[in-house]
Amino acid sequence: MKELSLNILDVTENSVKAGAALTQIRLEQTAEALTITIEDDGCGMDAETVKRVTDPFYTTRTTRSVGLGLPLLRLEAEQTGGTLTVSSRHEAAHPTNHGTIVQAVFCTNHIDCPPLGDMVATMVTLIQGHPERDFLFTHTRPDGPPVELDTRQLRQILEDVPLDGYEVLQWIQGYLREAYAAEDAEE
Amino acid sequence: MKTLAELQAIKDKMQGKVSLREGSGEKRVVVGMATCGIAAGARPVLNAFVEQVNEQGLAGSVTVTQTGCIGICQYEPVVEVFEAGQEKVTYVKMTADKVARVVEEHLKGGTPVAEFTIGNYKA
Repeated sequence: MKELSLNILDVTENSVKAGAALTQIRLEQTAEALTITIEDDGCGMDAETVKRVTDPFYTTRTTRSVGLGLPLLRLEAEQTGGTLTVSSRHEAAHPTNHGTIVQAVFCTNHIDCPPLGDMVATMVTLIQGHPERDFLFTHTRPDGPPVELDTRQLRQILEDVPLDGYEVLQWIQGYLREAYAAEDAEE
Repeated sequence: MKTLAELQAIKDKMQGKVSLREGSGEKRVVVGMATCGIAAGARPVLNAFVEQVNEQGLAGSVTVTQTGCIGICQYEPVVEVFEAGQEKVTYVKMTADKVARVVEEHLKGGTPVAEFTIGNYKA
């Protein structure tokens, strides 16, 4: 992957496939580290599966026996001196409170740390592909106000107008781009 | 400035159109968005389709959707075009730059862009 925002798109697709109604994507950036947390309320995984998800030769896909999504993210995080942790509560054991949390820590001053890339495109792509799901995106940054988007709030305003209408997607894109641009305005 | 009030205005404008934009969808553009597709550059391809289908006024007849791994990862980004009564067309190694011709010649004009299809790549 060329940028971390693509890993985030990829890993969040797992949450969608796990049936998550709400997926929270949190980016916490400091001067030295970027912590990416993807937390969903999907079906979760049992302990045995959690152990295997960062193994490239484990996958749920049926087209081939190699799954590279989480192994790639783990490799990229560890190459910067960071970590990847996966914890999960399977619906069989936790019928009312299940889901998965993937957390990756990147040491951003390391020469091998990939750029974050275009998070706006990632969020627009997720909403376009899954307009019936909810996403809560927050990005706290050392050099600008936090960037936030909650599709539940947008849904309240839109009522029965779908989130994947072109004008709505364009509004979301513009809204997020403006929120990120606030950084430059302060500098 | 993008405000929530502006979103409210979009809602008011779109509300009457909801039933209109669903339904027809004669052509379906499906972009592979699994790890392989994303890593190969599917995100800008998808977004180019969404943008150009709408800018060209094709939203009533073309729907753009995402899918998982299609199984030919070495040809990603892969885009499939489905149309009732027609054979599926598979575009491979797509880029955002190639999207304009597919929209113009295939989705609008009805003729697939043969040089971008898998038949042109496979020996």
